[in-house]
Amino acid sequence: MTATAEKNPASRRARQEARLGWYLAGPAFLVMLAVTAYPIAQALFDSLFSHRLTAPDEREFIGLGNYTTILTDPVFGRAMAVTLFITVVTVAVELVLGFALALVMHKALKRLRGLLRTSILVPYGIITVVSAFAWYYMFDINSGFINSWFSWVPGITEDLDWFSNFWTAVTVIMLSEIWKTTPFIALLLLAGLAQVPDDLLEASRVDGATWWQQMYKVIIPNMKAAIMVAVLFRALDAFRIFDNVFIMTGGEAGTEVLALLTYHQTISRLEIGLGSALSVIMFLCVVLMCWAAIKLFNVDLARGTDASSGKGEK
Amino acid sequence: MAAGKLTSKQRVAWTFLTIGVLLYALFPVASIFVTSFKTQADLGSNQFWPTTWTWDNYEMIFVGGAQELFLTALRNSIGITLIATAVAVVLSTLCAYAIARLNFPGKRIILGTALAVSIFPVISVVTPLFNLWRTIGLYDTWLGLIIPYLSLTLPISIWTLSAFFRQIPWELEQAALVDGATQWQAFRKAIVPLAAPGVFTTAIIAFFIAWNDFVYGISLTSTEAARPVPAALAFFTGASQFEEPTGAISAAAIVVTIPVVVLVLLFQRQIVSGLTQGAVKG
Repeated sequence: MTATAEKNPASRRARQEARLGWYLAGPAFLVMLAVTAYPIAQALFDSLFSHRLTAPDEREFIGLGNYTTILTDPVFGRAMAVTLFITVVTVAVELVLGFALALVMHKALKRLRGLLRTSILVPYGIITVVSAFAWYYMFDINSGFINSWFSWVPGITEDLDWFSNFWTAVTVIMLSEIWKTTPFIALLLLAGLAQVPDDLLEASRVDGATWWQQMYKVIIPNMKAAIMVAVLFRALDAFRIFDNVFIMTGGEAGTEVLALLTYHQTISRLEIGLGSALSVIMFLCVVLMCWAAIKLFNVDLARGTDASSGKGEK
Repeated sequence: MAAGKLTSKQRVAWTFLTIGVLLYALFPVASIFVTSFKTQADLGSNQFWPTTWTWDNYEMIFVGGAQELFLTALRNSIGITLIATAVAVVLSTLCAYAIARLNFPGKRIILGTALAVSIFPVISVVTPLFNLWRTIGLYDTWLGLIIPYLSLTLPISIWTLSAFFRQIPWELEQAALVDGATQWQAFRKAIVPLAAPGVFTTAIIAFFIAWNDFVYGISLTSTEAARPVPAALAFFTGASQFEEPTGAISAAAIVVTIPVVVLVLLFQRQIVSGLTQGAVKG
């Protein structure tokens, strides 16, 4: 396809098509660059200065000083650890729960399937802040009913304040996060399940494979790509967790995550230099996670979305 | 499984599974729904059900003390979200058409950029924008939120629509071209009617994402001039300093959840296909 295009470089039609292509796609492309590439470049520049908005005249070039400050500060180490902890636990739970939901929807009768899909789209579509408040009020010591419902569980009493202690607070934060985002994973996995060839499953059933054997030998290997994409997308999303923590604890009880730390530096303390450096560090972490996923696990994010390959087949 | 009758054992199992999924999906919503109808006394009772149901909390946000805070925020949310969605849909429709249909260098770069932007940590954009917006006067304005919202809505719109557009029977366009139409006419007359459902689905998904935003909303506004509802919820206060704003927040939360539930009920099938087409396409 490209070869023929290159053989006739003078082809007016090809040039016109290319120009039209960029006329149509260009605006979206430029807007995307303007709202991300430009700000991150600005952040990179700002991160090299000691700059507080409350003292704008004292702005001073300090090289990588902000990065040294951040990387040697235990506050940053803790925020990083909490963020990674939340990311790993939520994605793991969501994968299992999402797979179970996907299986239920996959096996369900047609008329049930509609009902199930409709109901799990509610958590998907709901505002994260609303989810955070819903879960917060369930557990809150003043208005919540969880303590009285589960007072028979060892460790839960009427006066347990879930949000004053790290482990209990982070549990509720993760519950809200998992509730809200599992449907997305479930739908991706449902699409993956639909691609498992039926004849393979049939053959394994004829050969007397058990349910577990079918699962591990046929279904999961055949939807590995879908699982990888779902995990990577969710991991990157969980890494920037902000709303749930902001609403439930505001970062108290040791639950400050990276995004919240950045927010506090920039918006609350007006430390543009430190906030910018944190922004850059978060960005680099995401790049690193993507790179690792693509290089180590061969996740092909662009799978099936490459338009030119489809066109070339014609 | 899809055909044939269920045994009674299977029927019981499916009943339980369905109830389980419904409980999972709807219980937290039901919980905050019930909370929004509680009286001030019931809000401290630590019980699920209210002893008396009251509209007090809704009165507070629509005509009472929290009216100004909530209604202006609601207007901001609706306006900003709809504009950001509309702009994203227009730009991404043109872009996705080009990607699905035309041959031009740099196509992969555009798709790759969309992917990179969609996984970009939102908070990383906040610091530079916060500083820039204050300098050029976009801080705490509608436009100051609409622009960064495009970073949320554009990438997923481009991916979803590219996937949709690749399934359209393009022979129709060829036929129009043969009949002497220009590329632009072919696009408008033959393709737009076929593409409309995909565009509509994309608009719903983009709306959900913009409607959900909290990071930009809380960071780039400071007053009621542009503060959207999710951010405003964090600023609710009780009727007195000894009262928690639990009831008012719950009522406001239910109000902003209504559009989500309505869209889900009406367009469940389209939303699911839109979400999965963009991300996993074999």
